[in-house]
Amino acid sequence: MSVAACATCCGRGVAEPLLALDGVSIAFGGLRAVQQVSLEVQSGTLSALIGPNGAGKTTLFALISGFLVPDTGRIRFDGRDITGLAPHRIARAGLTRTFQIVQPFAAQSVRENIAVGAHLHEPRRAAALAQADAVAQRVGLGALLDKPAGDLTVAGRKRLELARALATRPKLLLLDEVLAGLNPQEIAEMIPVVRALVADAADGGTTVLMIEHVMQAVMSLAGHVWVLAQGELIAAGSPAEVTRDERVVEAYLGHGTAARLRAAAA
Amino acid sequence: MKDLAAIAVFAGVVGGLTWGLESGVWLTFLMMALYVALLAQAWNMLGGYGGQFSFGHAVFFGTGAYVQAMAQLGLGWNAWLALAAAIGAASAVGAGIGALTFRYGLRGSYFALVTLAFAEVFRIVSVSVGFTGGGVGLMLPLRESFGNLQFGSRKGYIVLVLGFVVAALLVTGWLRHSRFGARLQAVRDNEDAARAIGIDPWAVKLGAITLSAAFMGAGGAFYVQVFQYIDPSLAFGPTSSVEALVAAIVGGMGTLWGPVLGAAVLHLLAELTRNLFGELPGLNMIVYGVVLVLIVLFAPRGLSGVGRSVRDLLRARRG
Repeated sequence: MSVAACATCCGRGVAEPLLALDGVSIAFGGLRAVQQVSLEVQSGTLSALIGPNGAGKTTLFALISGFLVPDTGRIRFDGRDITGLAPHRIARAGLTRTFQIVQPFAAQSVRENIAVGAHLHEPRRAAALAQADAVAQRVGLGALLDKPAGDLTVAGRKRLELARALATRPKLLLLDEVLAGLNPQEIAEMIPVVRALVADAADGGTTVLMIEHVMQAVMSLAGHVWVLAQGELIAAGSPAEVTRDERVVEAYLGHGTAARLRAAAA
Repeated sequence: MKDLAAIAVFAGVVGGLTWGLESGVWLTFLMMALYVALLAQAWNMLGGYGGQFSFGHAVFFGTGAYVQAMAQLGLGWNAWLALAAAIGAASAVGAGIGALTFRYGLRGSYFALVTLAFAEVFRIVSVSVGFTGGGVGLMLPLRESFGNLQFGSRKGYIVLVLGFVVAALLVTGWLRHSRFGARLQAVRDNEDAARAIGIDPWAVKLGAITLSAAFMGAGGAFYVQVFQYIDPSLAFGPTSSVEALVAAIVGGMGTLWGPVLGAAVLHLLAELTRNLFGELPGLNMIVYGVVLVLIVLFAPRGLSGVGRSVRDLLRARRG
């Protein structure tokens, strides 16, 4: 069975979690990409989903955001069942994802790209463009507003991906490797941006669930970490707890590694 | 605002030109160029701004044309009322085809082929059934009057088609500065990214094809009023589909003025070849084909984007 993820850490408070997965599974032919995953994300937190390549993290994001429909299990968001809803309906309910492989509207300017996100709640063009400017400032794209999105560097595109999702004013933001492909300098610049998303109580404060490989970022940002390996949740807890967890070490470094490391340390 | 001003200037210049011109040849040229500009702008709404390349826009053109003729002949409707019905029917057909094809997620060449197939089906049906006059077609009696939408001079028709073109330009301008247009272009550029930020691609594309079909239907109705005759291959054959998409692509898809520019240039070329080589049937299509190949190869943004294409080319050479 999977780990009863949140029971150990968050404490089942009175408030319903913002996002709750209950036994979510999907298989592609014989490949069980995600198996019996249950987890809960509390409002106002920043948590991370980690795991080796091919663990099923992005698939899990696709399931939560409606791009894939689970074979079994239920997904609740903000008090309602969103299992099987179309992605645009889930986005309107307040859950927005970004893509690991950035997907800019290349023919349009940075400002226009972000404004498309702002249009989710803002029918007027001028107001949406103004909101785009404000969001761009928050993620550090203020100087590039008039550039065509296709001309941005990788780091710029990652910021754009974040900005466009942020402009929809989501309650929950799913960030799929916003730091991948960035150099150390760029990562150092991006970490405060991500942290500010949750801390910015001024605009309602976003809850963030991020997939991340850059452990430095996970350790400094996330309050809670889930570890996915071969489609199953194998561990959950604070960043310090999961990195000590032997199953996690073995999932990353191979079977038997934990014992060898222990022997070497002794 | 800039777009609005430019459209006003365009309407003023073309209107003034119509007022001043007396040569029948040039008036006919102006009328036909505007007519092709209307078809191209209609195609551009869906193809240029929505990224859905239809090869069968004739299906909307023909629907407009036939409804325009049948409402007057069969039902005895006034021509203006018939025009409203023609536009309504064409957009209904657009919505119907759009609902089906987009529901099943057809994109790219699949969408192009299905629209082509719809146009062929409509052509064959219109040959087979009685109320369209079958293969013989329908002929409107000549009754020149404003109420009948028939004019003694080309100038009346030019004013009518100019009105349609200006309306199409205004709608395109709205696409460039509205939420709906922003969503349409987002779906064109990246459907998954659009869905992730709350856009329903089906609804957006459906809106675009309905708008596009309405203007194409107006083009068909205009055709019937000018030539007072329609038959299945004129209505649903490939000519209007090809004219619409070639003019839009040659001029520049997804731009406000590209389709108008493309229509003018192509029409000028077709007239020139006709003067040089005489009245060979299908020659204009050969010219269109050659121009299309050249544009796609050397100026993929179309004539209105030549400047940018050249800049990009130079930058790529240097870089």
